Amino acid sequence: MNLAAQINSVMAALILLTSFGLLVQRRMYALLHIFAWQGLFLSISTAIVGYVSGTHHLYISSVLTLVLKVILLPYILHILIIRLQIHKEVETTINVPTTMLIGIALVIFSYHLTSPIRELSTLVTRSTIAVALATVMLGLLMMITRKHAVTQIIGFLSMENGLFFAATSATYGMPLVVELGVGLDILIAAFIFGIFFFQIRTTFDGLDVDQMAKLKEED
Amino acid sequence: MTGFLIEILQVLVVLIGAPVFVGWIRTLKCWTQSRSTAGILQPYRDILKLFHKDIMLAENASWIFRFTPYLVFGVSVLAAGIIPILSVDLPLAKTADVIALIALFAIARFFIALAGMDIGTAFGGMGSSREMMIASLAEPAMLMAIFTVSLISQSTSLSQIPHVIAYGDFILRPSMAFALLAFILITLAETGRIPVDNPATHLELTMIHEAMILEYSGKHLALIEWAGMMKLFLFTAIGIVAFFPWGIAPSDNMAAIPLALFLMIIKFAVVGTGIVLIETGLAKMRIFRVSEFLGSAFLFATLGMLSYFILE
Repeated sequence: MNLAAQINSVMAALILLTSFGLLVQRRMYALLHIFAWQGLFLSISTAIVGYVSGTHHLYISSVLTLVLKVILLPYILHILIIRLQIHKEVETTINVPTTMLIGIALVIFSYHLTSPIRELSTLVTRSTIAVALATVMLGLLMMITRKHAVTQIIGFLSMENGLFFAATSATYGMPLVVELGVGLDILIAAFIFGIFFFQIRTTFDGLDVDQMAKLKEED
Repeated sequence: MTGFLIEILQVLVVLIGAPVFVGWIRTLKCWTQSRSTAGILQPYRDILKLFHKDIMLAENASWIFRFTPYLVFGVSVLAAGIIPILSVDLPLAKTADVIALIALFAIARFFIALAGMDIGTAFGGMGSSREMMIASLAEPAMLMAIFTVSLISQSTSLSQIPHVIAYGDFILRPSMAFALLAFILITLAETGRIPVDNPATHLELTMIHEAMILEYSGKHLALIEWAGMMKLFLFTAIGIVAFFPWGIAPSDNMAAIPLALFLMIIKFAVVGTGIVLIETGLAKMRIFRVSEFLGSAFLFATLGMLSYFILE
């Protein structure tokens, strides 16, 4: 392994770590910070892959990730959290040790699932595919275990990070047009989420999505 | 023959160095809190004072209570001979690998917990039950962290690890970083430092280690306190040999010992500073949060092991 691949491995490990951090963190602001860090590691990793493979459009993707996922999206969510006045909220019902164990099982599962690809692939980044898939699954797990609408959105965004990472490590990135499109989609989605948050809050008097299970009005 | 000389020297270094290490941590802590210090040698004075005091034994104390201090101290001295601190490949190192070493510490803990319950006071039993809860969570995580390191060195022997890390090629290993993180958390829990237990207080609701040894006095207490200091020293030594072994002397080379000793002192000073920073920055957590704390240690250790397979 050369140095660039080693640094890429370290970045993959850090992305995995931030995924677990998102999974178990209860506080809103801390979640946003961890999400921004994940975007930063993703951006660095993309730039390294671009350098190793000589595909220059990855540099643009890297800068795009940096602007979008490290600065813009956390900023929008930050504004939202202040506007919704939920910055002091702490989620209570989450069983951290069990969630961690399920998360570990998911990592092992993704490793098992991607091992055939790893055997076939010749790219230097082939070992990080498992981490990318694990990030997607951990984001999904976060969306399942959390009850708060904002934390579910962060889970969704971290899933997208995982998909992006998977594309970079499996095929040296998607075509630039696709990446630009996805980036724009995410941005639009963030705005729509914002509108939805306000709707949910006015309708249900809170952002706990468990209340949405009630279809009828209280007797 | 030089091997045995180094062995004896190392045990002496641990015996003498452990109180200094604790004294250094306390001094630094006083500085960060703008208090005046009792000096770096205060732990010696404490131990010496306790050795001169009479032993008060409860009427219903059994042989376990009287035997435990000697066992705990003996275990620490034995461990001091096994862990490579000054030199690799000590003569005693072959008697126990790192798993046996953890089992050794577990024996000491088992007997302290028994002795805590032996007198039958409420505090002793409470302390023992808490200690065993923490132990049951810390030991799997500790083993996972050690397994990660032994995967890299291809051996569970602590003497083998420096050969691979310090004398081999330098490779960035995410698995080692995870294992180190896990090891730091476990060391804080095992040696009763601040986020888990507070070594400086006897507040009845929060104490763990202090609750178990509440009934000890005089020579017994001195031995247990000294063994506790040695445990902190030895866990730090395990961390140093597993993660930062650069500078440790090759086997049977007396000439390399002074440099190794010098580097060891520097490393311990740095680790002490780190411990003080952690203890100053964090508050003691609720006992029911400890399971999350050690759960994350287990998580880090497992991630380390997985990233060895996935990424390296």
